[in-house]
Amino acid sequence: MSTRYTKDHEWVRLEGDVATVGITSYAAEQLGDVVYAELPAVGKSFAQGDDMAVVESAKTASDVYAPVSGEIVEANAEIAGENWQIINDAPQTGGWFVKLKVANKSELDSLMDEAAYADYVKGL
Amino acid sequence: MAEAGSQKKLPLDALWRARTSKFGDFAGYDMPLQFEGLIPEHNWTRGHAGLFDVSHMGPSFFALPKGHALEGEAAHKKVASLIERLVPADIQGLKPGQVRYTMITNEDGGVLDDLMIARPAEPGAAGDLYIVVNAGCKHQDWASIEAATKGEANLVRADDRCLLALQGPSAHKAAAEIIDPALADMSFMTVKRYDAFGRITVTRSGYTGEDGYEILVRAENAPELAEKLLAHPEVKPIGLGARDSLRLEAGLCLYGHDLDPTTSPIEADLAWTIQKRRREAKDFPGAKRILREFELGPARKRVGIRPNDRAPAREGVEIFKDGQKIGVITSGGFSPVLNGPISMGYVEAAHAAPGRVVDLMIRGTPRSATIVPLPFVPHNYVRKGKT
Repeated sequence: MSTRYTKDHEWVRLEGDVATVGITSYAAEQLGDVVYAELPAVGKSFAQGDDMAVVESAKTASDVYAPVSGEIVEANAEIAGENWQIINDAPQTGGWFVKLKVANKSELDSLMDEAAYADYVKGL
Repeated sequence: MAEAGSQKKLPLDALWRARTSKFGDFAGYDMPLQFEGLIPEHNWTRGHAGLFDVSHMGPSFFALPKGHALEGEAAHKKVASLIERLVPADIQGLKPGQVRYTMITNEDGGVLDDLMIARPAEPGAAGDLYIVVNAGCKHQDWASIEAATKGEANLVRADDRCLLALQGPSAHKAAAEIIDPALADMSFMTVKRYDAFGRITVTRSGYTGEDGYEILVRAENAPELAEKLLAHPEVKPIGLGARDSLRLEAGLCLYGHDLDPTTSPIEADLAWTIQKRRREAKDFPGAKRILREFELGPARKRVGIRPNDRAPAREGVEIFKDGQKIGVITSGGFSPVLNGPISMGYVEAAHAAPGRVVDLMIRGTPRSATIVPLPFVPHNYVRKGKT
């Protein structure tokens, strides 16, 4: 399964029925140096589009929305341990935010693929 | 507050666009927000010198009508008495070359804007004042100054010129090398005109807590001045993003956030801007409330607040003590120097003492914070220059 993207600049990658979620390189670049992030607790459930996490740079605070509905099964220990630099350094790999047990895989169909997201960002 | 659909471009627009694409609207002007990054720009200004374009602000000259018969001190006293109808500072008491920070107050004692008023020292400038107001308030301020002094003085807008701020511990070095060696000898909060880059008006002042200058230069001379300053190894361009984090660390108010028509200068902890002569004369707008609060203490006070964990508390976050709401954050963000979150806000006077522990309601969760003295980072002003 390839990576999917939201208009709010989250990425989501499905493996089995667990989706890994983070913010895109574009979002990390726009934010600048991350100075704070808040992740949801394991066991919490979200509907697609709910506020799920917060990421803050010196400039601004941004909500991170659940790209698909599901229950949190893991939060990135690097971020929980205040290594926020990893969000700037590797937003689409080591800087992932959470893993969700996906409730409804068809929700992924509503999201953009890599080419569509690249076009979307170009138009911003 | 963009004017009729069209965003105004800075005279130095092309010069900044060659260095960054990150622009944003501020008070109707398309302003550079960021160059290499907010935190590196912030730290560069604290350690070296930053060049800021603040041409969106409202510089102006306020002068007695041409041909007035008054000389020297008498001319100054006259023009100062006119502007004192709007502000509570002692402007008549300004020495030649001195700059004062003050506020335009309303009849209820609230703040309509904060501003700088300077008395030029040049012999030909008797009866002139140099006044710089905020970008977002300038049209309203100028209208109220003109309404209050109609026929007695003239206000000449100078916001078609460039206002450049050069700030940081190396500012004096760059300014002396590129503009005039005499800039290094100015005291903080003084004004002087120089025959360089056309004719420029320079105040040793700023909005970062650092030593530095604010330079009013004609638009046609501004590119040469800015390019020369930027070519100096100690100077880098700085955007409005870092300007905000620098002023917050310095504990300086941002109008429309930390000051507004409901906050009084006393609540804002700016009693020092109202000199004794004016307090005794009681002759400025809002004197009744302002002097009552000066005597008896205000109901709420502007304070510094340090969250005790890492979450920044931004404007609008409510402040609680023992479950009761006691105030609100008016400015907040991240301090690169302290490497942690900092905020300013207003709390009930009973809870304003440094060391008090309060709760900040951030996204529905109360988080511990401590009231601290301002500024967060000590000012680095050159109080006494040679001139």
